[in-house]
Amino acid sequence: MLPRSTDLRLPREIASLLALLVLLGPAQALDAKREAELVDLVRQDCGSCHGMTLKGGLGRSLLPERIGQLDADGLAAIILGGVPGTPMPPWRGLITDEEARWIVDRLKTGFPE
Amino acid sequence: MRRRQFLTLSLACAATGAGAEAASASPMGPRGTGDLGIVVERASGSILIVETSGRTVLARVAQLGDLSHASAVFSRDERFAYVFGRDGALTKVDLVNARIDRRIVQAGNSIGGAISDDGRLIAVANYEPGGIKLFDSASLAELGEIAADYGAEQRSKTVGIADAPGRRFLFSLYDGGEVWLADCAEAGPPKVTKFRGIGKLPYDALITNDGRYYIAGLFGEDGMVCLDLWAEQPKPQRILAGYGRGEEKLPVYKMPHLRGWAQAGDRFLLPAVGRNEVLVVEAGTFQEIGRVAVHGQPVFVMARPDGRHAWVNFAHPKNDRVQVIDTRSLAVVRELRPGPAVLHMEFTSRGHEVWVSVRDADRIDVYDTRTFAKLAEVPARKPSGIFFASRAHRTGL
Repeated sequence: MLPRSTDLRLPREIASLLALLVLLGPAQALDAKREAELVDLVRQDCGSCHGMTLKGGLGRSLLPERIGQLDADGLAAIILGGVPGTPMPPWRGLITDEEARWIVDRLKTGFPE
Repeated sequence: MRRRQFLTLSLACAATGAGAEAASASPMGPRGTGDLGIVVERASGSILIVETSGRTVLARVAQLGDLSHASAVFSRDERFAYVFGRDGALTKVDLVNARIDRRIVQAGNSIGGAISDDGRLIAVANYEPGGIKLFDSASLAELGEIAADYGAEQRSKTVGIADAPGRRFLFSLYDGGEVWLADCAEAGPPKVTKFRGIGKLPYDALITNDGRYYIAGLFGEDGMVCLDLWAEQPKPQRILAGYGRGEEKLPVYKMPHLRGWAQAGDRFLLPAVGRNEVLVVEAGTFQEIGRVAVHGQPVFVMARPDGRHAWVNFAHPKNDRVQVIDTRSLAVVRELRPGPAVLHMEFTSRGHEVWVSVRDADRIDVYDTRTFAKLAEVPARKPSGIFFASRAHRTGL
């Protein structure tokens, strides 16, 4: 137990440093609200072609069995740029590079409900 | 008086239709089914049985599987709904007793189905394995399969299945770019007529309520393809070819849907692909009459049953609105903002009201189609498709 008089506040320099680290932190760090929106977008909107369970439909399966071993940057590029000559549209403008990467990382390991 | 008539009718219906089961009390009591319908709750794999006279929910039926993109057709007596799930399931739901009558998983991945004009056959269009399967509508026993082999290594995904008079079905081969007509009028395997080279990537199709025209939308090119089934030798005719020539297409975040509600009097109103437009063509000649600039990329363009207005909803991210087009002046006469993710609309049989599913508000809104007043809100979990039993009596729905 700490004595009552101890000041628990962090020195200002360290606090700033921590804040900076959070800002620079892992590139995939999106806020929880946006993550929930992206889960919804993938399930509902991507789901209209790929199936709400992502097992495929008019579009191909997005389950880990099929895409787990595929290159993450390549997949993110497909999301952002689409696939010309197919119904896969470019999502750039609606989602950022960072968000596309976040989606790919989750798809490869099993997408949240 | 009127109520007594109804009771007598529905009792008679239950007694002949259900045999011993009719004795068990229906949760909703004896009643007719002409004003019933179902609402798909896709996230929870359930449907609501609704009635459109009092605008209420009668029951929820669960455990229908993956209902993303689910659709339904109805038996001729309007007692049963056949629900086509994305997971390849075909579920026969008893509307009177609010329960699953039968259910089979007939494919790995399917997109929709149709019922023959005599009510005996159910046809399901499948992505995987590509082709259609035919079932007995009473028992759901499989009667046959038409594999969508078009010369490539893999079978084609099939889309745009529609019922045509004379126990016939039409469907399109998405990968193969063909339209097939399956004639099931006689016993034995269906006679299949194949129309090749109809265009790239047909994504959906419709048949008009008179059973005359089958029109498939093409994703791989601007335009649609039309078959006149009244012709001695139907030939695919390209219509609206290159309607967007020289214009940059917008990215398509949701494919438009086609079904038998395109015709409005002597015109067809059709959703453009990748453009914020509704295309208007003259019935018969299929010459373009005009284009209506709308709020976003149309998903459903649905003529009110009388054809005087057409209601339009839109693709993500502009899917919070509905616009109403006057089919004479081609002006947008009304814009409604029901809320986020308007997925589907369904008119009552003669079009006096329309039910609109607002997915992200967990709600159905019911509007008067003349005054546009909102008459009711019906709670539903993430509602998508709405299908009324009166579809039983229309070709193409």
